[in-house]
Amino acid sequence: MNFDDYRGIWVYLEVKDGKIAPVSLELLGAGRKLADKRGTELAGVLIGSNVKPLASTAFVYGADVVYVYDDPIFEHYRTEPYMRALHDCCQKHKPEVLLYGATPTGKDLASAIATDLPTGLTADTTMLDIEEDTGLLLASRPAFGGNIMATILCKKYRPQMATVRPKVMKALSPQPNRTGKIVEEHISLREEEMRTKVLEVVRETTKKVRIDEADIVVAGGKGMGSKEGFQLIHQLADALGGAVGASRDVVEAGWIDHHHQVGQTGVTVTPKIYFAIGISGAIQHVVGMQNSELIIAINKDPNAPIFQSCHYGIVGDALEIVPLLIERIKEELPNIKTASKLKEEIHHA
Amino acid sequence: MLHIVACIKQVPDTKIIKMNPKTNTMDRASAPAILNPYDAHAVEEAVRLKKKYGGTVSVLTMGPPPAVKAIKKCIELGADEGYMISDRAFAGADTLATSYALTKALEKIAKHQPIDLVICGKMTIDGDTGQVGPGIARRLNIPPLTGVKKVVEINKEKGYAIVQRKLEDGYEVVKSTLPCLFTVEKEINDISFAPLPNMIKAARYQPTIWTADDLENVDRKQLGLKGSPTIVSKVWAPPKPEGGQLLEGTAQEQVNKLLSIIFEKKELFQ
Repeated sequence: MNFDDYRGIWVYLEVKDGKIAPVSLELLGAGRKLADKRGTELAGVLIGSNVKPLASTAFVYGADVVYVYDDPIFEHYRTEPYMRALHDCCQKHKPEVLLYGATPTGKDLASAIATDLPTGLTADTTMLDIEEDTGLLLASRPAFGGNIMATILCKKYRPQMATVRPKVMKALSPQPNRTGKIVEEHISLREEEMRTKVLEVVRETTKKVRIDEADIVVAGGKGMGSKEGFQLIHQLADALGGAVGASRDVVEAGWIDHHHQVGQTGVTVTPKIYFAIGISGAIQHVVGMQNSELIIAINKDPNAPIFQSCHYGIVGDALEIVPLLIERIKEELPNIKTASKLKEEIHHA
Repeated sequence: MLHIVACIKQVPDTKIIKMNPKTNTMDRASAPAILNPYDAHAVEEAVRLKKKYGGTVSVLTMGPPPAVKAIKKCIELGADEGYMISDRAFAGADTLATSYALTKALEKIAKHQPIDLVICGKMTIDGDTGQVGPGIARRLNIPPLTGVKKVVEINKEKGYAIVQRKLEDGYEVVKSTLPCLFTVEKEINDISFAPLPNMIKAARYQPTIWTADDLENVDRKQLGLKGSPTIVSKVWAPPKPEGGQLLEGTAQEQVNKLLSIIFEKKELFQ
């Protein structure tokens, strides 16, 4: 393997609901920095059916080149055809680094490609850097349940690959006039040869606010005492119009469904206000919420690590504080709403 | 009759593991070794499918000798046979080298009895990668179906499986040829209580144990540390944030202060 043949930082551009997924735009932002430091190109790989028009979005967010595989066989994500396309692209154009969003699709695809190439793959990265002269990728991630951070290297194989947590990296501000080069690629795949078929896609739209899209997230942990005590978290979230989050141990205790888990093995959230209530604040939880705008912690234990990761803290029993909080919010919130409405009316008058 | 193999791992319980703050290494003695929680669901699902369609459930693990305990746990859950590969040559394996070694063991198991379905947990709680399952599928050249939350149907005669795969905002129904590999979500089932006969069987059970030499057509360069493209260059304690301001006073005063802070973000409450 001649390392000099491998050039460029690549991002796998995941397509979701006819658009490039937010995590892929974030990766273009992170990839741009790596490419500039290394003095090389940033490329995206776009696979799908009728996806060529999306390439312009990738340019606006920082890509220099987009490789496009556009074919009806790629209508739904399936490991086999996608893997064969991306594998083909890697062998033809030899990237030095290839990044994927750590989404169900990105992880599935990356694991398959890593085995076939073969090369090293680092999962759920939260920090990325590159050595300017050697091109060695420094991919760091929380390890062992988030108790430590580890930097993983892949010294002897190219491309170096990593999946990266959504909402950790920052997308660049879009530059509407920015363009780049589209490279159209083809690979001959026959539907009859495919071993899997997507029969149906079911979107589960719930009335509840999606936790990764909510402006306010109220998360509870073991400090709520019991499944019954945890209901206070739901009540506070309802009072504020927010979504409910949870630490890993209460999900494992069965107090709430896995969809609500915030942290390394759950969802990453970046709301405007994040409440961590009765949550000790292990790094595995903190990595999932540390980019929130305002973090408020309530915990009985003054030495709980969560107080190191919050903006404001209350040392106290959640079972006492939270009911008071709910009561006061119910009193005050109508006043605030009226006040802002009044202000608006005056403004319009 | 189906032959299902569940791949499992014994892991330290990372929830309670303690770290040595000076060396940033894990104090393994501080945490009990348990069957990886996701893998328990993989075994449970294999046993349920066996009950529904008939067949055999084997479990396979790679690990040091004490990992026998994790296999015994799987026998309690209803697995029929246990296999373990254990050798210093496997030590230090990353996900690529792990999937290689497990695949060699699966090929050996399949020689006795062809495999229809491999089931893995979604990920382990110590590695947190979820990469080994899909890796095994690629090496066996069978379709990987990751994130399975429900098995709709298995039809061995017609050679297909239909499952629901979890997506970020819903799920998809996928049909695959058999054999194939599933990685399963926790929500796929609730772990049943082990019946007494299983517990008695588990207590006496001794799995088949193979070393690297017992496996066939093994390229030793692909095993363990040598076969691992990724290396851990350093570990460090996560950066300590500066810490927040504690609100003081009585509970009522604290709540009032907090309220004025959150209501500063007026735009959220209009």
